[in-house]
Order: sequence, then structure tokens, then C-alpha cells
Amino acid sequence: MAHKIKIKKGLQIPLLGEPQEVFRGIIKSDIVRIYPEDFHGVTPKMTVKAGEQVKAGSALFYDKNHPDLLFASPVSGVVAAVERGEKRRILYIEIKADEDIAYRDFGKKSVSALSADDVKASISEAGIWFLIKQRPYDVIANPDKTPRDIFVTGFDSSPLAPSYDFIIAGQEADLQTGLDALAKLTPGKVYLSIRSQTKNEDLRRAKNVVVTEFDGPHPAGNVGVQINHLSPVNRGETVWTLNALDVAVIGRLFNKGIVDLTRVVALSGSEVKHTGYYRIAVGTQLSSLFEDNVTEGIPLRYISGNVLTGTKIDRDGSLRAYDSQITVIPEGKNVHETLGWASLSPNRYSAGCTYPHLKKRYRLDARILGGSRAIIVSNEYDKVFPMDIYPEPLLKSIIAFNIDKMENLGIYEVAPEDFALCEFVDTSKLEIQRIVRKGLDLLRKEME
Amino acid sequence: MKVIRKYIEKIKPHFEKGGKFQAFHSVFEAFETFLFVPDTTSRSGVHIHDARDSKRTMSIVILALIPALLFGMYNIGYQHFLVIGAKAGFLETFFYGLLSMLPQIIVAYVVGLGIEFASAQYKKEEVAEGFLVSGILIPMILPVDTPLWMIAVATAFSVIFAKEVFGGTGYNIFNVALMARAFLFFAYPSKMSGDKVWIRTQGSFGAGNPEMANGVAQTVDGFTGATPLGQIATTGADSFVSFSFTNAVGQPLSLSDMFWGFIPGSAGEVSTFAILLGAFILIVTGVGSWKTILSVFIGGVVAIVSVNLFASNAIMEMPMEYHFLLGGFAFGAVFMATDPVTSARTEKGKWIYGFLIGLIAITIRVFNPGYPEGMMLSILLMNAFAPLIDFYVVDANIKRRMKRVAVKNRKGVEK
Repeated sequence: MAHKIKIKKGLQIPLLGEPQEVFRGIIKSDIVRIYPEDFHGVTPKMTVKAGEQVKAGSALFYDKNHPDLLFASPVSGVVAAVERGEKRRILYIEIKADEDIAYRDFGKKSVSALSADDVKASISEAGIWFLIKQRPYDVIANPDKTPRDIFVTGFDSSPLAPSYDFIIAGQEADLQTGLDALAKLTPGKVYLSIRSQTKNEDLRRAKNVVVTEFDGPHPAGNVGVQINHLSPVNRGETVWTLNALDVAVIGRLFNKGIVDLTRVVALSGSEVKHTGYYRIAVGTQLSSLFEDNVTEGIPLRYISGNVLTGTKIDRDGSLRAYDSQITVIPEGKNVHETLGWASLSPNRYSAGCTYPHLKKRYRLDARILGGSRAIIVSNEYDKVFPMDIYPEPLLKSIIAFNIDKMENLGIYEVAPEDFALCEFVDTSKLEIQRIVRKGLDLLRKEME
Repeated sequence: MKVIRKYIEKIKPHFEKGGKFQAFHSVFEAFETFLFVPDTTSRSGVHIHDARDSKRTMSIVILALIPALLFGMYNIGYQHFLVIGAKAGFLETFFYGLLSMLPQIIVAYVVGLGIEFASAQYKKEEVAEGFLVSGILIPMILPVDTPLWMIAVATAFSVIFAKEVFGGTGYNIFNVALMARAFLFFAYPSKMSGDKVWIRTQGSFGAGNPEMANGVAQTVDGFTGATPLGQIATTGADSFVSFSFTNAVGQPLSLSDMFWGFIPGSAGEVSTFAILLGAFILIVTGVGSWKTILSVFIGGVVAIVSVNLFASNAIMEMPMEYHFLLGGFAFGAVFMATDPVTSARTEKGKWIYGFLIGLIAITIRVFNPGYPEGMMLSILLMNAFAPLIDFYVVDANIKRRMKRVAVKNRKGVEK
């Protein structure tokens, strides 16, 4: 029987546009774009030039600071262009994709026969090491270090999140192989956290891992919260984190010998006419997905990912590297609500009680709904931050960049995504995730 | 509203950088966002935001203050007509109070908001809403007869030296409204206490004119304007039983008078009933912390029970209900102690912070011979200690984290 942990603090924002559990087909595009900015902290160096032929799994670029860290192409085709911005920073790599994906063959391998170094080398060589992240700093795991433990989250609790049960169905064997591979990489344990309501029995009975059930509102599915409840990160320790979907990608590498970066993606959001699931390769342009399927006539915000942590993309933007969700909400530009401070409008949603609570789902747009202020209201962040950490003092220490204090208050345990709900509820409308990101980056620079 | 929106769009360019009124950019922005929710959309981080903003929060506080304010106005009229010996209807009574208080509110707002607008413009920031609450609190905690120029000076002092020099709303250490009162209390003590200041005998803008003789307003015989707390602090009675509270014309005051608020005092504090309404609004909306409010009363109970046990004079013998109904205890607990900026910010800290406020307030009340009220000084004192309380609460979390590392390391060594 799995150990069960109940999360009390948090918030499930009742949004319109929950993805229906229906598979609606495959989305492809001629042009596939890979954005190196998805891989935080990486300085990309190209391994291919424009005009070169690539297969799915061929390396497109590597990290300047870790030349072993390769980044695989999700599709096969011809590298069409490398678009650069200021200071020759690579904005995106454009690939003219083949109609059918041709995979580079890495050869099937049996994980049980491999050593830790072999597993590491296999994943790196295949260009999908980026799927493994680390705490502290919430960046791609440093392959030179050995993690204390590895944490895998088996569900997503964010607003309108895709159902892992639905996506993982049929991939259980790959998932198990992936977990076995991870178990080789740490002398400690591999933890798999599942939602207590999960109907996927294979997930519940996964082998070679410590399965823990989590119950409660978002951010119960955030791996940071799970770590904090299972075995918090101390100073000097490193742990690795993944989600179950990415573990299956790693498992597939060993089971089938290919890099398969096509994801089953949930299309969600209040402005989508028919929500559901699609199979989409990372980097695929999504304009055909939105064709005739979104509200017309008002400005919309397209997001790769969820409404809390996702990336704003254009209508013809691409599926980003880590995302299994696309969300479309109203942009809200040129909406001028009158006397908002006195409003009793049933369309306004607040987690607190300064607005009446209605039992309904809301259609929220991208407006900030206020001006930025100093932190005034207390106990606002704490209510949506289920960790043994004081978020407000930690944030203040980050703003002041007081390294000692940041360490003492638990900076090594957090990632920007853990603060997403704080940012949502914040009366002072501060860009909290950006503050945390900046703090982690500066600290990493200082420490490494 | 469309017409106004159009007009705002038309005049907006003049207030932007380079426009002819760019010096009033902050003022313009404050009024624009007051009328319309800004349509700026998020650029980083979360894509959706909670509908609650700083304006909403402050609006709720003001809403919670309204019952106490309205009742305070009525009571100003009630006390006035009582002492000039005239009969007046409900509306006349209320309007007299309204006319007496309105100039004070206007002066506090004009002076305070003027400084806020100017400093926001100087710092190139948006105008913070904090003073909307402070501006209404200041007249509510001052005696009705406080001269307007004093309110102006105190407000300016408080906004500049208690708030803006620290960085503005959200950074101040001391409660702005209480600092204004403390300033007046120490600078002009004769106008802040005693038995002449709590009841207005003059007419206000032609309303409630008393009979005049040689330029002095005539009052009924035996008039004394002392607040009930003032009365018991200066009484010669050696026990509470032999003492009785009276109103301005010498009639005895009942507990229900004190609960509804027909007693001399500053406008905000008199009606415990109205304060309870406000407390209800603050707690239900979550804007005010119930923990702080409750712990102030717990602190008060502990202090009162202790002094009652060792009572040797009338005020030490005064039972609990009188302590809570009289003076600024309830008002301070509900509206001043809960100010999130100057209060302790951690949940555990709030219990300690509130408890000590209640404890110290009663202590000052009972043992200070000159000044019968302790709430203001008690809250200001705890304002200064709130960061220290938080420090220890957060430090406990840090220690726990350190211990975790230490345990790990020890285990490592043992292995």
C-alpha cells in the first residue's frame, strides 16, 4: 500500500476549458522550430548547419559549458535556418520536416544489463538528457554529479492540466523501463508520486521506485512540493526531477532504440471550441490546431503549457520542449472594466473572499487586473504554498540578494513554478516567478 | 462610461512623457485606474491574475469603517445637542455631526493625498492606495474639536516621516494614522485629552448653533465632557462599586449606552456595535486577520483578570466588559492592530503581536495616572517589535532546516 500524503494548502483555479478526454488526431507542420530558450541556463552551440539533413534524434546543438549535453531534433528533415537575435543569440532553429519522421537508430538496450555510466551515456548521446532537471537551481541536471535521489511526478495538478492517466495509457512498459534506468543513476531512491485518484494500476504498482500518493489541490503535482514532503533538499545536495511523461520518453529510447519526442498534448482553455488530445511533435507549428477551433473576433493569448507557467506563443507558434498542454484564453487587451475595485461582477474570480464565491468555472483573460505595489497583504502566499518554507521572507531575501538568508530560508528547494500560485493570488501584482528565476540564476553563478 | 473612456483616451497623451502635463502623470494614472481597470496584460510568469488588487483591499477596509464613521457622526450631534440643551431630530443630529467631521476628513485627504501624489510622481511610481484608509482613520481617532490646522500638520508629519521616508505604503514601520495621533498627543496634549475636547459646543456651518452669551456658547448646568475612561481615571471613589459613569449632563450611563455608542469619545471608537460590524466585514473578506483581533482580546482578558485580582482602586476593579466597551480598545484591535504592513506578518507572530497589544494596552490604561487610554501607545510599541517577533518565528524555520542538515551529517559520520 502506497504511503499517502494529503496537501491542504493550495488552490484549484476553476477555469473554463478543461480538456475532454478524447483523442482527436495528429498535428503536423512543414516547419518545425526549436527554441533554445526553453532550456534554461544553456548556451547553445550548433552542431549542424543550415542545409544539413537530420533525423529524429540527431543532435542539433550542444551546451557550450557541457559539450556532452546534446539536444536532439524531434523530427527528421533539413535544417532550414538558424535564426539569431541580438549578440548572435540563437532564437530558434528551423527544420523543414519530412512528411513521415525518420528515426536515428540507437539500438535497443536492456537496462538491467547496463551500468550507471552506460545509462547516462545512452541518454546523453540520444540528445534527451534535457528531460532530467535538478534542484537546486531548477536547470537541466548536471550529468557530472550523482544525485542523492530522483523524484518523478506522476500527475499534473495545474489549471486545465492534461490527464497523465489518459496520456500514459499504453506507455506503461516504457515508463517502467525509464524508471529502471533512473534507478541506476542514483545511489538513493527513485520516488514516483501519483494522484490518489489515479485509475492507472500500472502507475500505482510501478516497480523499483517508492510510490507515494498525493491528494489535494495544485501545486500537489509540482515535484518541488513532493520533494519537500518526502525528503527535502539540503544545502550541498542535488536531486534530479522529471515528470512521468518524460520518463516514458527515456524508456522508449531503451525499448525501441529511438528518440520519440512526439507528445500527446491536451488542447485546453476557455477559447477552444473542441478541447481534447492531439499527438504533436515538439517544435510543430500549431496554426492548423487553432484553425476553426478557437473564438474569433477578439485578441487571444496562445500558451504552450498551462496558464501559470506556460510560454506565450503566437498563433503560428510551436509546441515547446517540455509541454504537454496548449491553452488558449482571451488576451483582454482593450477591455476597460469600470470601477473594478467596487465590482460585484460574477465574471471576476478571486481566491480570497473579497469577491463572492460562485460555484462556476471562470473565463479569465491575461490582464494583470491592478498595478504593482509593495508587498502589503500578509499570509497571502502562505495559503497557496504547501512547503515548510516561508515564501515572503524568502522572496525578500532574493530581492535583496542576501545569499546567506536565501540559503537559510530554503532557496535550494524551490523552483519558479512553485511560486506560480503566489504570483496569481498576489494583491501587489509582483512578477514573483521572475524574481525567483533571477535569484536562482545569480546564486548558481555565485556558487558554481 | 463610454464617453468618459473616450475623453480619457483623448487627454491621455498630454500626461505621458513629453506631454504638457507630464508632471501630473501619477495623478492622472491614479484617477484613470480608479475609474477603469487597467488593460495591461501579463508579460512574464502567470498568464492569469486574481481579481483582487490593492484598490479592492483598501475599499473593503473603508467599507468596514463606514458603520463606525456614520455612527460616530451621529454621536457627535447627539452629544452636542445634549450639552446645549436643545432638542433635535435624527437627521438634524446626524447632519450636525457630518458637518463637523467633513472638513476634518477633507483636510486629512487633501494634505495626505497631496503628499502621496507628489512623492509618487517624484519616484515615478503609481500612487499607492494606503492613505485612502489612513486619511479616514485620522479624523476618526481625534477629538471632534481638533483644529483643522493641527490635523493638517499631523497628517503631513505622519505621511512624510512615518511613511514616505521609509519608502511609502508597504514599507512603513508605524501605523500612519496612529503616528498622526501620537504626534498631536505629544505636541498639543491639551487639545487631545481632558474634558473640553470630546464634545463640540460650537455650531457647525450654521447647524446646531447654541445660545451665545458674550461670545461663549452656553451649555446646560453641570456639563462635563470627560470620556468614561477619563472619569474613572480621575475619580476620587476608592472602589468600582461606589463609582458610577455619567454622560455629559450627569445622568448615569448604562452598558447598553456604551455598547451602542452614546458616550463622549472620538468618532470611531464610541460604538462597539459599529466596530463589530466592521470586524465582521474584515474577517469575512479575509482582509483583516481574525487571529490578530482575537489575540488582542485574549491579551486584554489576561491583563484585566490579573489587575482585577490585585485591585486596589476603582479602575483596577473595573470589570472586563467596561474595558472592552470603553475607549479605543475594540477600535484599535479591529482597525489598527490588523494593519498588515505594521503588524507581524507571520501567522504565529500575529498571535504574539496581538496578545501583547492587549496586555500592554490594559496595563497602560490601569497604571498610567495621567492618561486613561493605552491602545495607541500599545499598538505603536508593538509596531516596533513586530519585525522582531517575525524574526524569531522565521528563525525557528531556519533552525529546523539547519537541524536537518546536522542530523544528516551526523548520520554520515556514523556510517
